[in-house]
Amino acid sequence: MRHVYTWVGILVVVFFSVVGDVLMARAMKQVGDVHELWRRSGLWLVVGRVLSNSNFFMGVTAMAVAFFSLLFALSWGDVSLVAPAAASLTFIGNAFAAKIFLHEKVDRRRWIAAVLVAGGVALLAG
Amino acid sequence: MTFRKYLVLAGVTVFAAAGDSMLSYGMKQTGSISIHHLQGLISAVLNPYVAVGILLLLAFFAAYMNALSWADLTYVLPATSLGYVLLALVAKFALHEQISLLRWLGIVLISGGVGFVAGGPALTHDESQSAISSDGRPGPLLAKSARSGAPQSCEGAEL
Repeated sequence: MRHVYTWVGILVVVFFSVVGDVLMARAMKQVGDVHELWRRSGLWLVVGRVLSNSNFFMGVTAMAVAFFSLLFALSWGDVSLVAPAAASLTFIGNAFAAKIFLHEKVDRRRWIAAVLVAGGVALLAG
Repeated sequence: MTFRKYLVLAGVTVFAAAGDSMLSYGMKQTGSISIHHLQGLISAVLNPYVAVGILLLLAFFAAYMNALSWADLTYVLPATSLGYVLLALVAKFALHEQISLLRWLGIVLISGGVGFVAGGPALTHDESQSAISSDGRPGPLLAKSARSGAPQSCEGAEL
């Protein structure tokens, strides 16, 4: 029963990490290229645009939830399982979510990259 | 991709790895924190390693947001995963920890993944159309060339 809790915890962490990353990516695309904006209109416009973006705040909230659920998951399961499993599944989940919600063109090159990195992270942290 | 953008990606990688290791080093000095002794949190934040770690993670977050403003999520995440490799190499050469064969294999896999994604375009998705054209940049053109898979789609739009 204990490892069911651990895996539920891992999936909750992955879910909120992916939601946070996708919302943050969407927020920053709405803000626009920061280098361009900064050069043309100054830093304060960039800060103002970020802080007036609702996706940014929802993204930060989701990331905070992911962080605290990671702490909970770590108290249920071993670090050597929870940390690498959550990190590597987040890479795969992000590839799916970016394709579906952000309409990124996830071609074969990017799938291979996501799978290689996910596998590498699992080996390195495990 | 301009040199400045590579610097931002390097910043994401290095700040995350350095911030995490500072935090972990500092937290091992302060000891564990429980729900019932939240004042332990204050002494943890006052620890210089923890404080520097938090500053580094704030820098990471700024660089990460910066990168997401001009590159895809599926580009930024693999491209900055070299931080894991960096941490393993620091553990090997600065802390003289042993790196097992499996971990070396992990390093090879991550490096391969970074190589794969770095060879492609940084920005592909159609959303750039609405976000960028409102600033007077050639959004529709960029989106169209990205859809046809032209690898130089981003470099062409950079100044």
